[in-house]
Amino acid sequence: MKNNHESLREITRRHFFERAGLGFGALALQSLLGRDGAMAQTGNPLTPKPPMIAPKAKRIIYLHMAGSPSQLELFQYKPELEKLHLRECPPSFLEGKRFAFIKGVPKILANQFRFARHGESGQWISELLPHFAKVVDKVCLIHTVSTDQFNHAPAQLFIHTGSPRLGNPAMGSWVTYGLGSENENLPGFVVLLSGGKTPDGGKSLWGSGFLPSDYQGVQCRTEGDPVLYLSNPPGLDRNLRRRTLDTLASLNREEYRRSGDNETLTRIAQYELAYRMQISVPEAMDITREPQHILDLYGARPGYVSAAESADDPRILYKGDDPTFANNCLLARRLIEHGVRFVQLYDWGWDHHGSSPGESLDETLPIKCKQIDRAIAGLLIDLEQRGLLDETLVVWGGEFGRTPMMQNNVRTELRRGFVGRDHHTNAYTMWLAGGGIKRGISYGATDEFGYFPVENPVSIRDLQATIQHLVGLDPYRFSYPYQGLNNRLIGPTEEGRVLKGIIA
Amino acid sequence: MKKRYRFKLLIVALVILSPLILVFSAVESAPEPVKYGRDVLPILANNCFACHGPDEKNRKAGLRLDIEEAAKAKRRSGVAVLPGQPEKSLILERITSSEPEMVMPPPATHKQVTPEQVAILRRWIAEGAPWGRHWSFEPVVRPTLAAGGRRQPIDVLVTAGLARKGLVLQPAASPPTLVRRLWLDLIGLPPAPEVADRFAANPTPEAWERMVDDLLARPQFGEHWARMWLDLARYADTKGYEKDVGRTIWPWRDWVVTVLNADMPLDRFTIEQLAGDLLPSPTEAQVIATAFHRNTMTNDEGGTDNEEFRVAAVKDRIDTTMQVWMGLTMGCAKCHTHKYDPISHREYYSFYSLFNQTEDADRYDDSPTMEMLTPAEKAERERLQARIGELNGRLKAFPEPPAEADGWRAGRVEAVTSRYGSKTEQQADGATLVSGPNPPEEIHVVTMVPAPGMIRAVRLELLTEALPDGQLAVGRQGNSNLTLSEVLIEALDGDLVRPVAIGRARADHAEEKWPVAAAIDGDEKTGWAIESHTHEPHTAIFDLATPLTVAAGQKLRVTLSQVRGDNSSPRRFRVTTSDQDPASLALPIIPGELRRLYDDLDAAYEAQKNFSEQIVRLPIMRELATDKRRETKIHVRGNFLDPGEAVTPGTPAAFHSLPAGAPANRLGVAQWLVDRENPLTPRVWANRVWARLFGVGIVETEEDFGAQGSAPTNQELLDWLAAEYRDGGWSLKRLIRAIVLSDTYRQSSVTTEALRETDPRNLLHSRGSRFRLGAEVVRDQALAVAGLISLKMGGPPVMPPQPAGLWRTTYNRKKWIDSTGEDRFRRGIYTYLKRTTPYPSMVTFDGGSGEVCQIRRLRTNTPLQALVTLNDPVFLEAAGGLARRMVQSSSRPAARAATGLRLALIRPLRPGEAAALVALQRDAERSFVTDPGKADELISSARVEVPAGTGRAAFAAWIVVANAILNLDEFLSRV
Repeated sequence: MKNNHESLREITRRHFFERAGLGFGALALQSLLGRDGAMAQTGNPLTPKPPMIAPKAKRIIYLHMAGSPSQLELFQYKPELEKLHLRECPPSFLEGKRFAFIKGVPKILANQFRFARHGESGQWISELLPHFAKVVDKVCLIHTVSTDQFNHAPAQLFIHTGSPRLGNPAMGSWVTYGLGSENENLPGFVVLLSGGKTPDGGKSLWGSGFLPSDYQGVQCRTEGDPVLYLSNPPGLDRNLRRRTLDTLASLNREEYRRSGDNETLTRIAQYELAYRMQISVPEAMDITREPQHILDLYGARPGYVSAAESADDPRILYKGDDPTFANNCLLARRLIEHGVRFVQLYDWGWDHHGSSPGESLDETLPIKCKQIDRAIAGLLIDLEQRGLLDETLVVWGGEFGRTPMMQNNVRTELRRGFVGRDHHTNAYTMWLAGGGIKRGISYGATDEFGYFPVENPVSIRDLQATIQHLVGLDPYRFSYPYQGLNNRLIGPTEEGRVLKGIIA
Repeated sequence: MKKRYRFKLLIVALVILSPLILVFSAVESAPEPVKYGRDVLPILANNCFACHGPDEKNRKAGLRLDIEEAAKAKRRSGVAVLPGQPEKSLILERITSSEPEMVMPPPATHKQVTPEQVAILRRWIAEGAPWGRHWSFEPVVRPTLAAGGRRQPIDVLVTAGLARKGLVLQPAASPPTLVRRLWLDLIGLPPAPEVADRFAANPTPEAWERMVDDLLARPQFGEHWARMWLDLARYADTKGYEKDVGRTIWPWRDWVVTVLNADMPLDRFTIEQLAGDLLPSPTEAQVIATAFHRNTMTNDEGGTDNEEFRVAAVKDRIDTTMQVWMGLTMGCAKCHTHKYDPISHREYYSFYSLFNQTEDADRYDDSPTMEMLTPAEKAERERLQARIGELNGRLKAFPEPPAEADGWRAGRVEAVTSRYGSKTEQQADGATLVSGPNPPEEIHVVTMVPAPGMIRAVRLELLTEALPDGQLAVGRQGNSNLTLSEVLIEALDGDLVRPVAIGRARADHAEEKWPVAAAIDGDEKTGWAIESHTHEPHTAIFDLATPLTVAAGQKLRVTLSQVRGDNSSPRRFRVTTSDQDPASLALPIIPGELRRLYDDLDAAYEAQKNFSEQIVRLPIMRELATDKRRETKIHVRGNFLDPGEAVTPGTPAAFHSLPAGAPANRLGVAQWLVDRENPLTPRVWANRVWARLFGVGIVETEEDFGAQGSAPTNQELLDWLAAEYRDGGWSLKRLIRAIVLSDTYRQSSVTTEALRETDPRNLLHSRGSRFRLGAEVVRDQALAVAGLISLKMGGPPVMPPQPAGLWRTTYNRKKWIDSTGEDRFRRGIYTYLKRTTPYPSMVTFDGGSGEVCQIRRLRTNTPLQALVTLNDPVFLEAAGGLARRMVQSSSRPAARAATGLRLALIRPLRPGEAAALVALQRDAERSFVTDPGKADELISSARVEVPAGTGRAAFAAWIVVANAILNLDEFLSRV
């Protein structure tokens, strides 16, 4: 590992070498350049780079349910809650706690759906996820994830960028900065949205922060151009574009001959890459190429445009058979197959407070579960049947969990369409599957109310360290010098631990 | 054409005469002694200070290496740094040790001192280990230059740096290239080719100077240079975080443009923005200036702790202030003592306390704000106020009807309970006045002893109550709306409660879909609502299904519930009963004159509301009243919920102290920053200006002048600039002028293999710099050469076209609506900047999001940029405009191509360039002729009119050519 002074020199060199065009004799310097060395040879910042440590996974698909699903309606069966249903919660739940909306002493709320054990591993899964229940033996459920942020935007930023404030690079940016991408014709870090809204943290969730903007997530859209400005202007066809680029390249080469600026060569290469992306991105994004049985596996329907996607309040238009998320899961597999390093899905609409129509546990959660259940199970099955699951890490979860108490700031009585829980930071469930992850296990346990962890607590830092470790990036050494600090995804302290207990 | 070489020759001549220069160059001695601040400190700071530095919590073995006495002190095992005796200095022994337990830094830190660094340390100790401070904390010393030189000091100093590497300055770039460079650098817009021609015809130093002065005096100068300041100030048109709703802060942006154009000195620029409100009787402009630190984000997400985000905003102000002026990062000291720079945890919070006394507190309305009223608006406001006053005065002629009249009887209210915490009181007229907290839902239960006898109908009057501003209102919601979800009437006879059936309900007014009948239907989701005519009383009459006889001791209970959850409970109400036949009980009839008065009043309130909504309210800084001052405590580990000891306000001890007489508040901080004793502000700012003109700073890490930042490539040059800036009245224009008049600035940017070997990144300025233009300039330049750009200045941000569907922010209904007319073509600085969804083409070209202070933009070169300039409709429209100018310039294809190239590149054409474009046009035209529909599509999407006399296929082909020109590497670069 280079020391800081060298790192600084390296940033300084990087501006030159990462842009340095073909044929530049930088090979001898490569060992000095570390993470930035590989690109020196090609001029492409996304050129694949060797991992720092032996990797267990090559790529990541991260499914984020924005708003945060209730672990108590999906994964954590707590009979004790049933016994205390609608009684006031114990004072220990409230001491020193801050809540987003709960006021005074709230009441306990029982699991709202039926649970059963599934698979050989015998894990508890609720009736809302029947398809997921069938693949639970492929998955490691972590029941004790805790965060220190209790509002959506800061909590989403914290889990994805390592800081609850804005301005830090996303996990996907870190990973593509560290490893490059395996397909030079596609972005290395792709973001797909569903649920009708951008997640609360906004585009900063896939921003590159202080890393160069080469590593920012590229939002691929399922309506219009999949990547902004990808299509040629109307009337300017591909042949003519080719002809234009040829003229442009010849004039630019002449400029390079005179000016000697390597940036010019890089620019010529980037225009060629853009031209290739015009074909490769729509092709990768085209799920009509999939056979019917694969579409059915996910519940995908190509070309479907959901009314919820452009609504002011999409929640009231949610339908269980809306395939937008399923389409995105299938896209994620296609993109991974094409060598994209990090595919990030955000599905909005999981914030079930019970305070207004369209955000309740009893009415909305079942609809949201229908939208994702078949798709996530299909994704795991499909990856496995293609031999991709072993090298692809799949992560699923929200930004925090939900309280064992019902939310009470608007209503204190239980009423149909108004059943909800507030934000809960002490313990919630996420799951991981695929590359390097033990199959069919539950990790961590919570108390009888699902309030506090009682065994194997897991912090956001632990998760971040583990994810980086799995793809071959040493979470402690992998850093980027900026503003006087060696910045890391896991933050400045050493508290993040690699969770050996979930690694196969 | 020949003439353009004259200027070049002149410069060449100067360079040839360069032996003369050596006489005036900075003194250069043979093997330079090691300098502590420049050479030694970075090694110690990066490798040792984390455990042997200022941070006492993490200090190991009680050893400090950041303080001379401690490092040279005798310890049990010896002396860490023994002057003159490297072999006896423990520090070298440990660093060079081959034993894992002994070697420093320990292997676990993953740090290693290189052999070159060891050699530096050894030499330094051998030379007597002279101590010093980090270079940037030392006073600025203006380098002494030998007198009598004809060359500019900048050139003397740069030449001295080059000479150490055996290099010399390059000749000047060609005059047209220079003209384009100067225009793009100074005002961010390209010149017309004729301007370049005029200069090329007479490229004298005087002509250059005249052009410099002309550009510095143009209003576009302020717009271009404001961009740098807006990045630093994290300017945006929205509040950030989850909801990211709009914020009106553009008047501050206009203030920045104005004062840059007026060349406001940096000291005033600093003081007014940090503390304009604390100046004696501040002007309106000085208060506008304080919006600088109101560019912090506000979190409107439901359920957030306002204090948490107020604290975050104050910390952001500290970080921004320290970075922008001092070039230091204070961020680490939020949680612990800085490991590298001399700022302790406690000092951070002392400094914080100076900023911790402002009124703003992460509120939704961004208060405190200043209303920015034009004189016409001021008059309008007074007129509206007077009108309301007059109408309310006339209302006094119509007293409220009494409780008992027209067959209604009052009875006696025994108790009113309010379920969710409102307060109520009984009034003499039998009405109940509601006050106190206004919960989202409220249920009032009125228990009354009715007038004896029969009850055949119950009347509910919703009465008005005057708000503090004199406005009459029926509902408690802000806009006076009122809802009753359910009205329940019960008869009480001892413990026996009997519901009273209501046969029919009627009311004098109700909203559509919210009739009074919905208040007795047993469904809480429906109800009776009043959302118009909310400034007058309303009445509902409930006819009982069967008459109710009230015996002595019996009571009536009326429940009025509002469970809509929107705070729209009644403000004042009265329940009365009647024993008369409901058919004879009429709803009140309002006399025509009163009706008109009410209607006029509604209209007047509506007009006032509409007026108030469109007033510009600028968030500003305001100090808390003396009795409301906050006590500042250390936040343990940076956590505001974990307060430690209280601190007193102050600046970090390692720097100069507050100037004599400076108050311990923001004003004092501002004076401290621009105090002559401060070496950092002038260095940081001079470096910043240099970086904007050369693409990279003399200190490359513009954001970090601390121990971890990069060292200056030419400290004498930086110090000369810093001294010149500070001593020249802090004039930005004067500084820029000095730089762009130098030969260094005017060098040709042509790079050779040899130059690349010796000065790979041009940090020594061995040639002119060549770099890609900034995001706004990429846009503005394209619109300018297309003849489309609007130079309209100031005002609210505009929305040039962006792809549909980008704005999908949670709980924020503001839409992107493409601007029309000239607002489509305004300069990039005026494009609406939404923090969570910045304008896509700007972000692609490394523009910021305004979320946090952005000291410099890292330049990237990506395929997504190619897609923007090739395909973004904005750039296609520019191609259409350029194509039109090309076609209109001549009928000859070669001349048309030449026009396009010259408009874009300014310089004369090179052989073969026009021919390449003519060939492209010919091929494109051929393909459009075979497919005319495509020509039509392209022309219409470029939104351009085909010039008269030109075929559509031919013109479409010229659009293709223009599209290529706008994508030339040279066009996208400043060369």
